[in-house]
Amino acid sequence: MVISPSALGWTILLSPLAAACGIQLFGVHRRRLSATLAIGALLVSFASTLLWYTFSSIVTWAVPNPFQLPFEASLSWISLPGLTISFGVLIDQLSLLMALVVTGVGSAIFIYSTAYMADDDAYSRYFGVLSLFAFSMLTIVLATNWIQLFMGWELVGFSSYLLIGHWYAKPSAAEAGKKAFMVNRVADFGFMLGILALWAVLPVDRTFHFQTLEKQLPLLIQTGVVSVAVLPLIGLLLFCGPIGKSAQFPLHVWLPDAMEGPTPVSALIHAATMVAAGVYMLCRTFWLFEIVPSVLTTITWVGAATAFLAACLALVEFDLKRILAYSTLSQLGYMVMALGLGGAVAGMYHLTTHAFFKALLFLAAGSVIHGTHEQDIRKLGGLWHSMRWTSLAFLVGGLALCGFPGLSGFFSKDEILVLAYGHNAPAFWLALVTAGMTAFYTARAWFIAFTGKAHGHGHESPPAMLIPLGVLAFLSIIAGYIGIPHFLGQHGEHHAAWLVPGLSIAVVAVGLLLAWLIYSRGTVSAQQLVQALALPYSFLQRRYYIDEIYMWYVETVQQRWIAGACAWVERVIIIGFLVNGTARLTRRAGHILRLWQTGRVQTYVLGFLLGIVSLLTLALRR
Amino acid sequence: MSCLPLLILLAPALGAIAIAAVGSTRHALVRRISVLATGLSLIGALWAVATYDAPTGGYQHEVLVPWIRSLGIGFHLGVDGISVVLVLLHALCAFTGVLISYAIKDRVKEYYLFYLLLITGVFGVFLSLDLFFFYFFYEMAVIPMYPLIGIWGSDVKEHGVVRFSKEYATMKLTIYLTLGAAVALIGLLWLYVSSGAGTFDIPRLQQHFVTSPLGMPLQRAIFPLLFIGFGIIAPMWPLHSWSPIGHAAAPSAVSMLHAGVLMKLGSYAIIRIALSLLPEGAQMWLPWVAAICVMNIIYGGFVAMAQKDLKLTIGYSSSSHMGYVLLGIACLTPLALDGAVLLMFAHGLMTALAFALVGHVYDQTHTRYLPDLGGLAHQLPFIATCGVIAAMASSGLPGFANFVAELLVFLGGWDRYPAAIVCGVFGVVITAVYMLRLVRGTFFGPRKPVFTHVQDTRTLFARLPYVILVSALLFVGCWPQPLLRLIDASSRPLVERIRPSVALAKPTPERTLRRLPPPRPHPAPSGRQGHP
Amino acid sequence: MIGLAHYLVLSALLFAIGLIGIMTRRNVLMILLCIEIMFNAANLAFVAFAKAWGNLDGQVVVFFIITVAAAEVTVGLAIAILLARQLKTLNVDEVSFLKW
Repeated sequence: MVISPSALGWTILLSPLAAACGIQLFGVHRRRLSATLAIGALLVSFASTLLWYTFSSIVTWAVPNPFQLPFEASLSWISLPGLTISFGVLIDQLSLLMALVVTGVGSAIFIYSTAYMADDDAYSRYFGVLSLFAFSMLTIVLATNWIQLFMGWELVGFSSYLLIGHWYAKPSAAEAGKKAFMVNRVADFGFMLGILALWAVLPVDRTFHFQTLEKQLPLLIQTGVVSVAVLPLIGLLLFCGPIGKSAQFPLHVWLPDAMEGPTPVSALIHAATMVAAGVYMLCRTFWLFEIVPSVLTTITWVGAATAFLAACLALVEFDLKRILAYSTLSQLGYMVMALGLGGAVAGMYHLTTHAFFKALLFLAAGSVIHGTHEQDIRKLGGLWHSMRWTSLAFLVGGLALCGFPGLSGFFSKDEILVLAYGHNAPAFWLALVTAGMTAFYTARAWFIAFTGKAHGHGHESPPAMLIPLGVLAFLSIIAGYIGIPHFLGQHGEHHAAWLVPGLSIAVVAVGLLLAWLIYSRGTVSAQQLVQALALPYSFLQRRYYIDEIYMWYVETVQQRWIAGACAWVERVIIIGFLVNGTARLTRRAGHILRLWQTGRVQTYVLGFLLGIVSLLTLALRR
Repeated sequence: MSCLPLLILLAPALGAIAIAAVGSTRHALVRRISVLATGLSLIGALWAVATYDAPTGGYQHEVLVPWIRSLGIGFHLGVDGISVVLVLLHALCAFTGVLISYAIKDRVKEYYLFYLLLITGVFGVFLSLDLFFFYFFYEMAVIPMYPLIGIWGSDVKEHGVVRFSKEYATMKLTIYLTLGAAVALIGLLWLYVSSGAGTFDIPRLQQHFVTSPLGMPLQRAIFPLLFIGFGIIAPMWPLHSWSPIGHAAAPSAVSMLHAGVLMKLGSYAIIRIALSLLPEGAQMWLPWVAAICVMNIIYGGFVAMAQKDLKLTIGYSSSSHMGYVLLGIACLTPLALDGAVLLMFAHGLMTALAFALVGHVYDQTHTRYLPDLGGLAHQLPFIATCGVIAAMASSGLPGFANFVAELLVFLGGWDRYPAAIVCGVFGVVITAVYMLRLVRGTFFGPRKPVFTHVQDTRTLFARLPYVILVSALLFVGCWPQPLLRLIDASSRPLVERIRPSVALAKPTPERTLRRLPPPRPHPAPSGRQGHP
Repeated sequence: MIGLAHYLVLSALLFAIGLIGIMTRRNVLMILLCIEIMFNAANLAFVAFAKAWGNLDGQVVVFFIITVAAAEVTVGLAIAILLARQLKTLNVDEVSFLKW
């Protein structure tokens, strides 16, 4: 049997779409069918990606391997004179890795969902939207051009909107979905402008195509056809996209609220894949950002700030899922920072390991919520006794998140720290402190929720949930050893110095120790700490007041002042004064003129007569 | 000679005559006749789209019957790539509108009579290639709106207090549109008289102006008349206030046609007459038009944000989105004009869908006031799904035709008016704000006990109009090329005629090759050829 | 010999009688009658001119006027009947309510 590379590539992309359509058409009231379709399609996608990977790594000497990376297959979507937009699959190391993460982690989460959502009324809708999400995400991953990327970008936003608002009867969930969509829309405003500007900056042969742009842009800059002066602006505008999608400061506000969605959704979308799309986009188009160092600096600092500020928020949070959400923000900050420092490989590496261990953490948290119906860590405790496997999974994920030596998170975070150490010392120290805080808040959650006295009666989750946990735990452990950077094309550059790893291990140890002292041993009372640090604590509890500021803007400035003013102008000036005013004027004039109309026929006839007579007189005079 | 335009135009006209002959109590028969008539038109329109030969371009499927020879008036029908798309849009909206009108229970016969007259008028405008009949059908489309809104409409209420009565709405609408038509008529007559061609025939006038163009002062003077006259129905800021209130007061099927198609008459007339006959006047005025469009987009969006009545919100959003259409026209580049025409199509379908949905919600809950609604997704899963789809299409989600159209406008206009385009992109954000708020407020949230009796559309037949509109939006959004090919076949020559420089300013290489004249033995003199 | 001038004087007299009648009478029927008198005054003038100049156009117009006048009086009488039925009056001063 001959498998054509393009058919296999299209299968990766299209099978989730087929599932989504199938569920919408046939599966609305058939729960099992929907789940089977969704999982089956994603597994097909996963298998195709794996096949692609396998075939591409087989080295043949006799005939040229058709599965040569990079590979591109595309269909023309719009083709007008002066504008060609295609839709296709671009398969190279980067997209293969990302597609493996999306479909692999996705499959685990889909399977997990069958048990987690078992009691849900809208089971079919859930799986339908999940499939749509998988398709959208793969559209981004396999995109060959900016427009396709943007389309996937918007579609993941849409499916995320639906999934966050899955329990739409809950006002908070409905609001959270709306908020996520809106914040992303604001970011996409900049993103879209960036895409337009990048397109328009080319004098001839305008194109959105990644590979063409990658080849041509440096040439055009060298020859002076494209001025370097506009590129920073374009870079910044394009970076708006990742700021929204990857929830960087100051547009991070939607991600914590997105935890209103079902937990598997949080795991898939708001931890492992969608939020990573911003980072992926930066990697995909790194050739553009490389040429504008000023933008890279901005990216570095946005990433570093996000990493640090989000970690601070996680310190004071009590909602298990929100702690994980802030840790996601923080880790995304790491990735973005890595990109800003020029380390696309390091960023992508951390993205991959993070996808594994963060999905694991979220699914473990989901298992806890499933078993106890509680997600406030203060009301949890001693889960280690009642939910042994879940706790074990959480432990593995947590340690990987902290960067515990030997687990995947350690290696990938280390890459970033080394990078920062070499390029940007202040960012390095900020990142190091963040690493310590990461260890602290993860351990805090662990000690409060999983150890100590049991609060309620949790029960262990069914195998359909535990098996994905096991798989992800396995991946979280080994992902550091399977040579991901090598696959992405990084060779050598092994840091002989043990300084950075040593420092990071030390910092992590301090963080863990502090958490142990405070939350397990009780050597230092948490209450006393809070009282001592009341001001910063409340500042963090209110999340830097950013939500309040946005809320004030949206509700008061935008809705009440701007929209209110426009509506006032519309109602009072345009309708009331201009339009109805004209009508009133006409009416007044009528009121005056109607005095001529006495209503007596005789008057009219007299007027008629006089008119005729005067006209005749005039005519005869001449 | 082709009978296709006649079929499209006459099917609803004959339907109206047949309905007039039917007894007023035979509702089922009246409805069936209407479905049949609009269905025939729809088939005709689909056939016209399928058979329009894009590489040839120009006017096709022509019908020409001379009428008053001394004045140069003839019954001239035909389509080009732009109007054929709009004919399809109108056929879709009319057919689904007739299906949605099944909810009308009062004076059914009269309703359908006026409705079919309205449909005939709009078809006539899109199909006419003669200024006289263009204007005739234009007026014919306006007049039935008056009884349709005045009799079958509903008042716009706020907290149960009437804010705009339906009588006010219909009066205002009719006066406004007639005023616009009158202003346009002055322009048309002036154009006719000063052209010296002695014909109302649009293609002949176009040819005439190629050889003997109208003087610049005349063009400058006539263009604003036509633009304002037709712009009123578009609706152009600040002459738009008839439209949201008219939409809100009209019965839902009428709002569908009104917002979906009637508003496009204005922008279509601007393209067909003002642009193509007065190219230099257009060039001079269009920067101002672009500024007005920005007001349309941003101002309309913010006003929509402040509304609490579902229909008023969608009404203002329509006036905001028509700003993109006018902006695409004002940019005068092939891509932007393609985008503008495709957006007319996309927005027409989207807004028809939205008004149909609001109509269902209003029929069931007897309110359109946002604070009173909520949680309807529990009772109306199908309608809620379509509602989310409409909201997403409106805010330009990829996969829907609106995205393609807006993208084309942005791409085409970027070189011309970057500031206006930035405002346009920002308008997309504003759209998302009020559309999401609408969906959130109407469909999401806890189940409300008041609405327990509310019923979803049950039968496939009742769902048919929604399914048609959604599939059309999705189809064009996923595969826009067939329609774009048609539009581009007509819009590109138009732009090239108006601004001969633009088409060659930034060509792609293969295009340059094709357009360059064959090598000549002697170097050709620069400038225009063919005038000795 | 009765010449054109006689006809015209008669026509002018009839016209004046009709006009004065319209202006002074209040009864709808009387007004209609007066209108008829004026019509006939005009007809007379037309016929007189036609005879004087040997041109038949004037007579054609007269036929036209007679037809129109018949139609007009039909409508007028219909209005008068409706007035009598609905308002029990034929006095035009009492039906000025159409002027709002």
